[in-house]
Parts: sequence; structure tokens; C-alpha cells
Amino acid sequence: MEAALGLMRRIPPKHSVTALSALVSLLPDHSSDLLSQVDQPLQVLCDTESGKEFILCEYNRDADSYRSPWSNKYHPPLGDALLPSDELRKLEVEANEVFAIYRDQYYEGGISSVYLWEDNNEGFVACFLIKKDGARTAHGRRGYLQEGLWEAIHVIEVVGPEDETTRYCLTSTVMLSLTTDKESSGTFNLSGSIRRQMRMDLPLADGHLCNMGKMIEEMEGKLRNSLDQVYFGKTKEMVCTLRPPSEVVMRLPNS
Amino acid sequence: MAEEECELSDEQKKEIAKWFLYNAPSGEIQYIAKDLRSVLNDDKLYDEATSEAFPLYNKSHLICLELPCRSGDVLITPYNELEENQFIEPRTAQIVTIDHVKQACTEVRPAADEELASPYVEEFRCALDAEILKYVEEAYPKGVCSVYCVDGKDAEGSGCNFEFAVVIAAARNSPKNFCNGSWRSVWNIKFKEDALEIKGKLQVDAHYFEEGNVQLDAEQECQDGTIFQLHLAKCLTSPKILLQAPDDCAISIANIIRHHEAEYLKSLETSYSNLSDKTFKDLRRKLPVTRTLFPWHNTLQFSLTRDIQKELGIGK
Repeated sequence: MEAALGLMRRIPPKHSVTALSALVSLLPDHSSDLLSQVDQPLQVLCDTESGKEFILCEYNRDADSYRSPWSNKYHPPLGDALLPSDELRKLEVEANEVFAIYRDQYYEGGISSVYLWEDNNEGFVACFLIKKDGARTAHGRRGYLQEGLWEAIHVIEVVGPEDETTRYCLTSTVMLSLTTDKESSGTFNLSGSIRRQMRMDLPLADGHLCNMGKMIEEMEGKLRNSLDQVYFGKTKEMVCTLRPPSEVVMRLPNS
Repeated sequence: MAEEECELSDEQKKEIAKWFLYNAPSGEIQYIAKDLRSVLNDDKLYDEATSEAFPLYNKSHLICLELPCRSGDVLITPYNELEENQFIEPRTAQIVTIDHVKQACTEVRPAADEELASPYVEEFRCALDAEILKYVEEAYPKGVCSVYCVDGKDAEGSGCNFEFAVVIAAARNSPKNFCNGSWRSVWNIKFKEDALEIKGKLQVDAHYFEEGNVQLDAEQECQDGTIFQLHLAKCLTSPKILLQAPDDCAISIANIIRHHEAEYLKSLETSYSNLSDKTFKDLRRKLPVTRTLFPWHNTLQFSLTRDIQKELGIGK
């Protein structure tokens, strides 16, 4: 299993879907472990009632159906399915609305979904997802990208409150891929994924949504910067190490 | 997820294994092989897969192996392969036998005359090799290069066509720093009766995987027509001057290669410098248009924001 995860870490991100399904077929006994530990691209369904799209993940799945955060109904319909409690559903509805505005402010497009469900302990778990297609043909406003995908999965475990504070444990994964569109330079593709965690103890004064939202915003900012400066920066550093930029020196042939 | 999982056939497992090996990033195939061996749990299958996948990987990544007795290096490419496992090293006129899976040389012997190019072609190859070597030593801290005759090696004089492949490879592997990368350029030079055709393919890749996994994958194909003009100018004075001056040819070709590769590097740098402020924005802005963080705590602001959204027609 460790070897399988090692393989997933090395295989180019653009091949990760193929790699994962290959591993699952080689190690069928480990398939549920692999699927839960390895990030996969996010898929989307359209909610037939509201006409809005929602993101699919393990946290809104029951059997082979997925629950829409807009209508709270499973697609395809499922009798006797898991639903959040009324109180949690209320928070979920508000979370989806607010998160959609957040999403629009930062991503200028894309799709978002939030799912809440009761935990066995005192609290609950929330999953915030964003999928943005930044290609020129999709939501890329400026037309820089021939192909561009940003997918974020934020899972927050909420425990408490205890002694006036509530504990929030956030695990965030961002997967992205971008291919610039510049004819003169052939193809230029950067892709990758990173995962980080953050834990905070916060008072409930501003409400769960505010606490979780701020954590996510801070985390996304950090991840974006990290990807940009550290990760992409390292690959650039590598290129310049392989062939340092230099002045072009022309030698004239003897005439 | 399907309820029943069909057991894969050995052949299917082998193909999967080969796929993993072939797609290993530069410098990482041995690590991938090790993990794969665990996952496969079948040494016979593993050996079959590696023996089939390693040669393809080695040739595609233009790996460089050290010759025994430290007498130099040999590049493993599709352009200097004589038979499976046998590669010609023209600078030292040797034939090298290698073990693909171990990525090491096993045997070296001098090349026979028939295996080398004709003296006529060899003069050009040698001159070009010398120029490219100078260029690579200047431009690449850890680059290796070679010039191979891929067609027309027995050409005896002007009027016969022949073709070279110039291969430049540089790799930097720092597994301890979780960073690997490689630069590969292959230039095809066709010498014809009255012209030179130059085509190049440049590939760069880099992999950084400390607590994450990010890869750069870039490639560029180019053609160069400037040589035609150069030739034309020389033609006015003496029709075959280009083909009679291996040194001049070599210098011109090396200059063209140097120029294109420097330009490519510049365009890569431009792509990177646009990333932070421009390109990335199409995925996610650093901050909203308001230039402030999102007002989570202010529900009044939410309805305001919603109204603003409607007014400005932003969002769906």
C-alpha cells in the first residue's frame, strides 16, 4: 500500500486518473483505501430541480447516488437515504449560498458545493468543494489558458464547543493543471497537487460559518501562494539550473 | 464502483506495469520500479515488464551512461542504436553494450569501419560534434551531447544526401531535495544537394515533490529556414562552398541551435513570469476585486453583496 502511494506521488499529475485506476485494478483489496487516500478529479452532476450543478464526492454519496446541496435530493433518487438533520441542513443551505458568493469573488466563475453531516462525536463534519475550469473556452476571463483546472477540497471536522471554544480541523487539498496558450513557445504545462492541514480553536461568537470560512480563505491563499512561489518556482529554478540564461554569442565563420 | 472485480490477466498486469515505468519522471524510474515490484508481488511479471519498458524509457529520456574506465560517456538514444542493447559512440568510435534495466554499460569494443560513417561524412560529423561540444560546455553546466549520422552514412561526395541527429541532454537529479528535471533537445540536420534543413524538438520537464507533487512539462518544435539564405549568399561566389566547408557548416549550425535554444529558454522564463499575476488569475485571484478579504462575519454585507452581484450582473 505504501508502495502504491509512492507511485502516485511520482507519476505526473496529468496521468493521475489513469494511475489510480491502474492501481485499483492491480490491488483490488486495497481499493477503498486507495480511493479515500488519493485525490481524484472532481465530477459534477446537474440538479434536475434547480438546474444548478453540484460537485460529487464521498461526503454526499450514498450507494451510487449523490445528494444535491441545492434540493437536498439524491440523484438518481434513493429511498431511505442518509440526510443531514434539519438543523444541520439549515446551516448547510446558508453555507452553500455564502460559499457561492465567496467562490465568485475569488474564482469569477466555477462551481461550489458544501456538504454537512453529523459525526459520531459531539460535532459535525463539513466539506467545501470548488471546481474551476479556467480555460479560454470555459470560465477563463482573460484567455491566458488553453487548459486550466483548479479543484479544491476542504474537509473540516468540528468538535465542540468545549469551554467556550470549538475546535476546527481542516484538511485541504488543491489539485491544479494549467497549459498556457502561446504558439511560439509550444506547450507549457504545469500541474500538481498539494495537501495541508490547519487546526484552530475559535469561539462561537461569529458562528460556525464565519469561523470555517475564514480558515478556508486563509488556507486557500496560502496554498495558492505556495503553489505559485514554491512549487512552480522550484520547477523554474530547475530549468534555469539545467540551462542558465546567457547572452547569445555568435561566432562568425572564417571567410 | 462495480461490485465484481475481474482478476486481471498477467498480460494486462504487465502492460500496466510497463505504463508506470515508461511514464516515470526523469531520473525516477528506479524508484518507480522498486514500488512497482512491491505492488505487483510477482517477480517474473516484474522482470518481463522491466525488460520491455526500460529500453523505451532510456531511449526516450536520452539517458547518459558512463563508459567503463571513465573513458567518457555514451548517450542512449533511438539515433545511435545498432541492435537492441548495442549503441555506437562516434566521438571515441566505440560500440557499447548495455544492460537497460541496470542502466549500466556491460561491454565496450572499438567500432568496425563499416559501422562508422564514410570519411567524407565523418569530416562533417566531426566538425559539427566539436562545435556542439563547445556550445554545450558553455551553455549547460551538466550537459552531454553527441552527433549521429542517421542516414546516408556511406555518402562519398557532394551530391549525396546525408542526415545527422544532434542530441543534447542535461539532467539534474536531486532526490534528497525532492526535485528532478531534464532538458532534451534533438536537432535533425539534413544535408542535401543545395540546402540544409534543420528541425528541432526541445523538451523540458521538472518535478518537485516535497509534500506535494508538481510537474512542469514543456516542449517545442522548431524549424529553421535562415540557413537557406546563408547558403544562397555563399552560392553566389561558389556553388558548393557550403558543402565543402565542414567547419563553416558546423559553426553556422551550432549558432542556429544556440539561438533557438536561448530563445526557447527566454519564452519559458516569460511564461513563468506571467504566471503569478496573469495566468494564475484565470484560475483563482489572489484577492477579490474589492482588494479585501471576504466579509464572512457580516451577514448584512452578504445581502448587500448579493444585491451588488445582481446589479453588476456578476455570478450566476
